[in-house]
Amino acid sequence: MTVAAQVRTPEKIGGLGARVLFDRIEKRYGPVIAVDEVSLDIAPGEFVTLLGPSGSGKTTSLMMLAGFEIPTAGEIYVDDDPIAAVPPYRRNIGMVFQNYALFPHMTVGENIAFPLQMRKIGRSEIARQTRDVLELVGLPGYEGRYPKQLSGGQQQRIAVARALVFNPRVLLMDEPLGALDKQLREHLQLEIKALHDKLGVTIIYVTHDQEEALVMSDRIAVMNNGRIEQCGGPTDLYDEPETRFVATFIGESNFIDGVLARADGAIGYVEAPGLGSLRAPLKPGIAAGSPVALTVRPEKIIAHDNGASSHLNTVDGTVADVVFVGEMRRYVVALPGGQRLVLKAQNRSGVQSFNRGDAIRVGWSVDDCRLV
Amino acid sequence: MAALTHDLQGADREGQVARFQHLRRREQWRYVLLLLPAVVFLIAFYGYPVAAMLTRAFYDPVPGLQNFEPLVTARSTVEFLGLSIPMNAYIRVFWITLQIAAVVTIVSLLLGYPVAYALSSVSASRANLLMIFVLIPFWTSILVRSYAWMVLLGKEGIINEALLAAGLRTEPLVLLNTRLAVYLGMIHIMLPFMILPLYAVMRGIDRNLLRAAGNLGAPPSAVFRRIFLPLSLPGVAAGCLLVFILSLGFYITPALLGGQKDVMVSMLIQQQISLLKWGFGAALALVLLILALGIYALFTRVLGVERVFGSART
Ligand SMILES: Nc1ncnc2c1ncn2[C@@H]1O[C@H](COP(=O)(O)OP(=O)(O)OP(=O)(O)O)[C@@H](O)[C@H]1O
Ligand SMILES: [Mg+2]
Repeated sequence: MTVAAQVRTPEKIGGLGARVLFDRIEKRYGPVIAVDEVSLDIAPGEFVTLLGPSGSGKTTSLMMLAGFEIPTAGEIYVDDDPIAAVPPYRRNIGMVFQNYALFPHMTVGENIAFPLQMRKIGRSEIARQTRDVLELVGLPGYEGRYPKQLSGGQQQRIAVARALVFNPRVLLMDEPLGALDKQLREHLQLEIKALHDKLGVTIIYVTHDQEEALVMSDRIAVMNNGRIEQCGGPTDLYDEPETRFVATFIGESNFIDGVLARADGAIGYVEAPGLGSLRAPLKPGIAAGSPVALTVRPEKIIAHDNGASSHLNTVDGTVADVVFVGEMRRYVVALPGGQRLVLKAQNRSGVQSFNRGDAIRVGWSVDDCRLV
Repeated sequence: MAALTHDLQGADREGQVARFQHLRRREQWRYVLLLLPAVVFLIAFYGYPVAAMLTRAFYDPVPGLQNFEPLVTARSTVEFLGLSIPMNAYIRVFWITLQIAAVVTIVSLLLGYPVAYALSSVSASRANLLMIFVLIPFWTSILVRSYAWMVLLGKEGIINEALLAAGLRTEPLVLLNTRLAVYLGMIHIMLPFMILPLYAVMRGIDRNLLRAAGNLGAPPSAVFRRIFLPLSLPGVAAGCLLVFILSLGFYITPALLGGQKDVMVSMLIQQQISLLKWGFGAALALVLLILALGIYALFTRVLGVERVFGSART
């Protein structure tokens, strides 16, 4: 297991974040396996997102790191120290809960002062740090308000302020923007990102919104059924999906099912019913003769009828549906053999447009498709 | 021309506002209609008799305030916190009543709080099961339960028999007809009234708040003191108010289990009425009612009605 490549070194004001290592963590609830052999190595100061559908074990993973759930197997290390024996209140890990969990009977100032009081910090120092952190999240002067007097976005910022004020080395965020409208969400995504760059704290972020994950993360761990399907940078995941689940969950993907007929150097030949032989970069671990799917992103397919270049896979089909979306047209192409392809063609001069029922020849570069 | 259309629009708007007000009023009338049967019932069978009874204090046997006179003519003193307070026998009964109600409330709170806490910490299905044990006393009549305490506490009761048989005592303990017996019997009856509002409020406390506090560095004792306890206070207030006010009017339990000195106001009222002194009985009842309302007002003034009857909002 290697430490992630991207160790960020921006100017830090809150001290460096900690390294976090999940070592074959498992959590069972009776017969249910909520988290299944999860291993993840997070570099100091990294922004890692756990991305996955509902019930994939994201919250459970965070809860084990925060100390509210105990793994049934495996160990978690923070800066190389195992934390199993450390109670939650001594872990020094900040957490922003999905519903913010602001104390309703305390003002904003009292909420933020709470972790400082627990650390026996003096009164004037608390006042100063509270002021500073409110400044940091862009809500100066809000000390006297109660949480219910704040908007959703403001509550979210206060929750972040409270989780940061005691300078934790790791910050956990469980769908912190889930309850907000799209515009505010996009705005706060950038703010959290800026805060991360400024503080250098290690952030583990949970979301089921793939766009959010792509925008914010250094690395994304895609979770499904309690397992990490793939972990990598946003471009890696988008361009090099290793499993069908990852290809579906991040962005839009086409799949052409077939059989790997033969391998030739780095190129695999897929026989798909009715489509002949299609080429794709070969992936280790797939034996000739085994069923395989070729996946390609809709925007990487071009519709053309002027000849085929040698580096393209081309297939002929019929336009089954067209949707005009302004900047592009989205075609659904019915292929011989019954499979379908979705492609996106930019709306500009020089790009031919098609109508429903037209015959169409589509192609994509061999480098742009993957086997899963 | 432009001004004219503007005016027309203004008039139109006013018409609309009036229409909405009309609709709202109709809505309100609908609620009044829904309440009507219950209100009529209460006025006919509760409001009227109570008022008729209480007003007797002012005209039975003759008009005037002489029924209240025995309450204000001092005859003796009691010692309280080193002070000698002038007091007569009737006021003393009120004093004892307040004392008993206060002790019952405090002990019920001390016993009920941990139970409610435990109930609110387990899963909802298990809590429902355990709640049956809290509620069983509800399904047994107060009279039966008071007699049961007599069986337990009497001179030849189970406790004394056991003590004698075990040779721990040579003569029976005096347990029945003591203040202790009154407390036992009343607390037993009152506990569910304390536990239920406490439980309702505690269930409503978001467990994530407790986790958040732990995450922010609070050890379990601080989580309880700073988060759970303050958020459970509305339940404490509601439970205490309920138990205290109900205790003020207790009759059967102190009559059966108490001694000569453990007379509560309702026993005194019953006694006056059985002597056909309706006017004086009514005067005592009126004072008790005013006392209860006063305590209620004090509670809500200090805590705010919303905190007493609202739940912990998170
Ligand atoms: N206390 C529990 N008892 C039993 N099963 C649980 C418990 N907590 C979680 N699970 C199960 O563990 C699995 C993972 O749950 P988890 O809350 O981690 O999912 P998640 O990825 O956070 O989902 P979401 O996006 O919906 O929040 C689910 O199948 C869930 O039903
Ligand atoms: Mg979750």
